[in-house]
Amino acid sequence: MFWQVLDLPDGKVKFTPEMRFISESTTERESCYRVLDDNGKKIMSSNYAEVSREVAVKMYTDMVMLQTMDTIFYEAQRQGRISFYLTTVGEEAINIASAAALTFDDIVLPQYREPGVLIWRGFTAQEFANQCFSNKADYGKGRQMPIHYGSNKHNYITVSSPIATQLPQAVGVAYSLKMDRKDACVVTYIGEGGTSEGDFHSALNFAAVTEAPVVFICRNNGWAISTPTSDQFRSDGVVVKGRAYGIRSIRVDGNDALAMYSAVYAAREMAISEQRPILIEALTYRVGHHSTSDDSTKYRPVDEIERWKVERDPVTRFRKWIERNGWWSGEAEIEARNSVRKQMLHAIQETEKVEKPPVADMFTDVYDCPPSNLVEQEKRLRETIKRHPQDYPSDVPV
Amino acid sequence: MLGIIRQKLGAGSSSATMLGQLQRIRPAASALRSFSSSAKEMTVRDALNSALDEEMSADPKVFLMGEEVGEYQGAYKITKGLLDKYGPERVLDTPITEAGFTGIGVGAAYYGLKPVVEFMTFNFSMQAIDHIINSAAKSNYMSAGQINVPIVFRGPNGAAAGVGAQHSQCYAAWFAAVPGLKVLAPYSSEDARGLLKAAIRDPDPVVFLENELLYGESFPVSAEVFDSSFCLPIGKAKIEREGKDITITAFSKMVGYALQAAEILAKEGINAEVINLRSIRPLDRATINTSVRKTNRLITVEEGFPQHGVGAEICASVVEESFGYLDAPVERVAGADVPMPYAANLERLAVPQIEDIVRAAKRACYRSVPLAASA
Repeated sequence: MFWQVLDLPDGKVKFTPEMRFISESTTERESCYRVLDDNGKKIMSSNYAEVSREVAVKMYTDMVMLQTMDTIFYEAQRQGRISFYLTTVGEEAINIASAAALTFDDIVLPQYREPGVLIWRGFTAQEFANQCFSNKADYGKGRQMPIHYGSNKHNYITVSSPIATQLPQAVGVAYSLKMDRKDACVVTYIGEGGTSEGDFHSALNFAAVTEAPVVFICRNNGWAISTPTSDQFRSDGVVVKGRAYGIRSIRVDGNDALAMYSAVYAAREMAISEQRPILIEALTYRVGHHSTSDDSTKYRPVDEIERWKVERDPVTRFRKWIERNGWWSGEAEIEARNSVRKQMLHAIQETEKVEKPPVADMFTDVYDCPPSNLVEQEKRLRETIKRHPQDYPSDVPV
Repeated sequence: MLGIIRQKLGAGSSSATMLGQLQRIRPAASALRSFSSSAKEMTVRDALNSALDEEMSADPKVFLMGEEVGEYQGAYKITKGLLDKYGPERVLDTPITEAGFTGIGVGAAYYGLKPVVEFMTFNFSMQAIDHIINSAAKSNYMSAGQINVPIVFRGPNGAAAGVGAQHSQCYAAWFAAVPGLKVLAPYSSEDARGLLKAAIRDPDPVVFLENELLYGESFPVSAEVFDSSFCLPIGKAKIEREGKDITITAFSKMVGYALQAAEILAKEGINAEVINLRSIRPLDRATINTSVRKTNRLITVEEGFPQHGVGAEICASVVEESFGYLDAPVERVAGADVPMPYAANLERLAVPQIEDIVRAAKRACYRSVPLAASA
């Protein structure tokens, strides 16, 4: 009697006399889902989720707000008014369209290049400015670097600097949601560089094993600071890794707002109804520098940047589509851009007038209740400030 | 109340042998053998198991996570019976990824669950230390109170027996250095029950350092300790033995050694006060300083590496607060400054023994030849 098949607990495995190694790559790379062509025209045979006029216009104006905020805050850093900033240029569609496909009950664990999700959920120019300028109205009480936004009421977990830590944490949040049986999922973002971290492996593996309702959105933007994808991994990007964990995955044109919207909408449905994780790889390009501490012209050709900026701008592409539908016009464009710009500038002006956080905010929230040593330290600090006022800034409230 | 019972035990002339008997590691079968007519006994293992059981029963948000905690009943059987009682959703057997399950625990805590994460030993916590420190410890502060992390990290810490360098390190000093964490180190069964319950109920992240060799040890416990609402305060040390000549601070297994050392010292007319720290962060500086102001001499005892250890912090605290009361320099008794060797004779030399504590105490009392000054 010969065994044809190995009957293992997790499935039957057929034997073969042919020694065949699975190739390190397929002959063709995994194809990329898109709905709109480069000119913002809907591809005839595409299947996608419908978007109403109202939603489409909000998506566009929110992308405009993101672009404007990036321009103005970047400038503010260059002028020395804030210490640090990083832009989302080129990834506006990923940010806004993915947010638009979610409900406000879905919990978001961002990496750091997703402020657009907050914009969609109603975070105001003033709230962004307060955080970047670390004044006393900042929800973070001035404890974090700029762009480390976080807001419980918007279901957006505070940005954390170490890379990829949000991934297993997202699985933990999803585990918690699962126990609550809520009609909601968790969405977490990561750059393609972050997928090299051990946490990426643990998170995806664990999400599959625990059947957690979490959507992993990987923004493959070609660059991890100065590291191109060829130095980051040798796989066909990130989408092929999903299968290795038993996770359903899709590759999407990240600069196509409609494709992003449709994919995230479908992923969310599957995650919740089937209680499973989904992996989305959004192909895009980081048009801006990594941050204000970086000059990307030092490690990549300027014409590469220009080409993506001009020919593949996701915002322009979407605008062409809404214009074609009669939902937008040249006048609306001018009006929107001016209004948002004014809003942003006003927010900065106002924010610079607001006081910095008081000294008391240095000692709270280390623990649920302040321990005695901190209470004492704060008292002694106040006494010292009182005795030597000339050594302390006069404009910081005590 | 247990303090009073302990004093009664210590007051009689047979106290030396009784305490000596208590410190021997006993098998679990004898857990309920009582010495006196009213005292019941409980092993540390049973204390931890019952604490977990009761807290899980009282609060459906509490859940356990770790390698082998479910089907295997726990690598050290601390979680025995809990999978059967509460099911796989609340007792989660994890894949081998400390970074993974710690991150997941932190995420679950962000969203309102109360995870109790087990590290098979705290040596493995280093693979997850970013999540413990950068996420769990700092999130409440960085989010300005929007995200609190009611998580407990527990597991055996410090030296066991014959497990070598990568399984024997003490992490008390490492975690206690971080604001945002609370760090507890139980010694007796009463400590184990009361402090674990307190840790699980606490809204802040707590690192709970157990000791493998103490799991099987049996301690007398009062009826009060058996009650499911029993809880010990975090940040309060316990005076295990009152004395007037010298203060000895210790935590975890070293408390037992310090008590035995105190017995030996008593025969030589040195009356030692032994403080069981219980809480490494927050450190009960008040109790320590009050004791030193009474005795005027201090030695600190720990199993971990000497540099930047718990003893160093205690010494600094006493020098800052009670300098004028010290009649002798503070001496730290700690493990040898080497990765733990494996050979039994070398391992014995690498951790403090009772004789080391006795000799250090005598030096502080000027009863023995002082250490020669080194270059």
